[in-house]
Amino acid sequence: MATLHTRSHARLMMAPSVLLLLGWMIVPLAMTIYFSFLRYNLLMPGMEEYAGLMNYRFFLTDPAFFTALANTLILTGGVLLITVIGGILMALLLDQPMFGQGIVRILVIAPFFVMPTVSALVWKNMFMNPVNGLFAALAKSVGLAPLDWLAEVPLLSIILIVAWQWLPFATLILLTALQSLDEEQKEAAEMDGAGFFSRFIYIVLPHMARAITVVILIQTIFLLSVFAEILVTTNGGPGIQTTNITYLVYAQALLQFDIGGASAGGIVAVVLANIVAFFLMRMIGKNLEA
Amino acid sequence: MGSISLKNVSKVFGEAAVIPSLDLEINKGEFVVFVGPSGCGKSTLLRLIAGLEDVSGGQIAIDGVDATSLPPAKRGLAMVFQSYALYPHMSVRSNIAFPLKMAGLDKAEIDRKVTEAAKVLNLTDYLDRKPRQLSGGQRQRVAIGRAIVRQPSAFLFDEPLSNLDAALRVNMRLEISELHQQLKTTMIYVTHDQVEAMTMADKIVVLNKGRVEQVGSPLELYRSPANLFVAGFIGSPKMNLLTGEYARAHGATTVGIRPEHITLSTTEGEWKGVVTVAEHLGSDTFLHVDVPGIGHVNARVSGELPVGHGDTVYLSPQRERLHRFNDQGLAQ
Repeated sequence: MATLHTRSHARLMMAPSVLLLLGWMIVPLAMTIYFSFLRYNLLMPGMEEYAGLMNYRFFLTDPAFFTALANTLILTGGVLLITVIGGILMALLLDQPMFGQGIVRILVIAPFFVMPTVSALVWKNMFMNPVNGLFAALAKSVGLAPLDWLAEVPLLSIILIVAWQWLPFATLILLTALQSLDEEQKEAAEMDGAGFFSRFIYIVLPHMARAITVVILIQTIFLLSVFAEILVTTNGGPGIQTTNITYLVYAQALLQFDIGGASAGGIVAVVLANIVAFFLMRMIGKNLEA
Repeated sequence: MGSISLKNVSKVFGEAAVIPSLDLEINKGEFVVFVGPSGCGKSTLLRLIAGLEDVSGGQIAIDGVDATSLPPAKRGLAMVFQSYALYPHMSVRSNIAFPLKMAGLDKAEIDRKVTEAAKVLNLTDYLDRKPRQLSGGQRQRVAIGRAIVRQPSAFLFDEPLSNLDAALRVNMRLEISELHQQLKTTMIYVTHDQVEAMTMADKIVVLNKGRVEQVGSPLELYRSPANLFVAGFIGSPKMNLLTGEYARAHGATTVGIRPEHITLSTTEGEWKGVVTVAEHLGSDTFLHVDVPGIGHVNARVSGELPVGHGDTVYLSPQRERLHRFNDQGLAQ
């Protein structure tokens, strides 16, 4: 795209897809904003009327809102912590030459291909169930009382389930970063007298910084909107202990049939996601600059 | 400080014996060059000395102490890699300081040594830059700086100039030679370029398929190559190796004559041939000549010689400069 001529042609040819994508985004956003200013309840069809900021006032002053906000952030932060640290450790392990490396790598990646509802149900019924679950059996085998995970530590349970799903993703990205590290650099550090931990901290970790940033950014986008795992395990409960913003919007719309309130919640969630993205980019965005 | 001796050192990768068995003495303060074609095991040998590869057998002693099973950092050697292996996220200063930091020196001491090394290598103005902001030659100097701050008992260079362009290579060659004069530390230098070997070395080790073909000073190797391989490898353009009737007349299986030891004439001489290609360099003229009954002969004359493709020239090999080799390829 060197000349003015080719550039204007390029713009012309890109225009259809840009317009399509823009429309795809703008129409739902505009409708959501429009609904958020209406008194719009599915139990009272045909009675929609302009309600001003009432929906926003109700959503933001809902006692459940701040709990949901905190849950969202704890869930996102917890999963990020587990997947990044765990992913680095797994990547270091998988980078070692070993027998059956190919098979092991495929097995490690497998959880990512299991759909969230299925994996959450497997965890709920086969691992965390206080009667039949594997964890209960393990606890009983050493003489401990089985823990009812989803009732007693519900948020932690959700974090574990979601972290299990995202660990392969982090491992995969970090493993490729690890493999792209120049072998001679490691050898140079070895010659320079750096032991295993010094090599890891001064050479390997800085090399992986960009990959870690990518993992954090991509995962944050998805973790802010975790939904299926909560729906099939705890339904946001007990009480509202595992309700995040996404689940709160769902409850507003489809359990209380309040489309106006849910739309307002959706817009609040969009704003919150942007705030999180802003701080994330300020904190770690510089790693992405070449 | 700085003597290295290898006894029966061997290295086997799976089935392939890269280095069958090798003895070598490197004296303190020497500039030793390992030279050979690619795949001859010269880099492997260097890595064995560095400790980056484990020996399959034999013993490596550094300064009289058995270092065969010591880890690389404990051997007191510093290495400059082909790709420089600079740490891309660290400034030049941190790169040079890294080995000192790992050795646990205090900050003032590190600063002093880094400044000193930077001065020796003309890097003072670049200390706060990142490696990617430097040119090839500067990166090379940073890699050398990282090696010299440790004051090692020997430096190991693994083809350090192969990533530089031709002009820069000549400069860096000179700088490394000067550095050797200045530091008087043992240096082991691996290259496939026999010109680098000839110009820099005190002692050249010619390697082929993991075996030492010959060890000696550059001129020893030039004057009396021990076998056909060394004869063909050392010297540019390559020595003419002639077999057949002519060799038998001289009582050998193969006879070698360097291009510069052939007297050229346009009027008379021992062989009459036709020029296929003439390369005029100004200072020298290289001629590729087809001589009936002898074969293809390269000849070199100092200065200019006005001949071209298709001209007839006469060649006379200087008899006292002939190298004779027997049927095993060894010098007679």
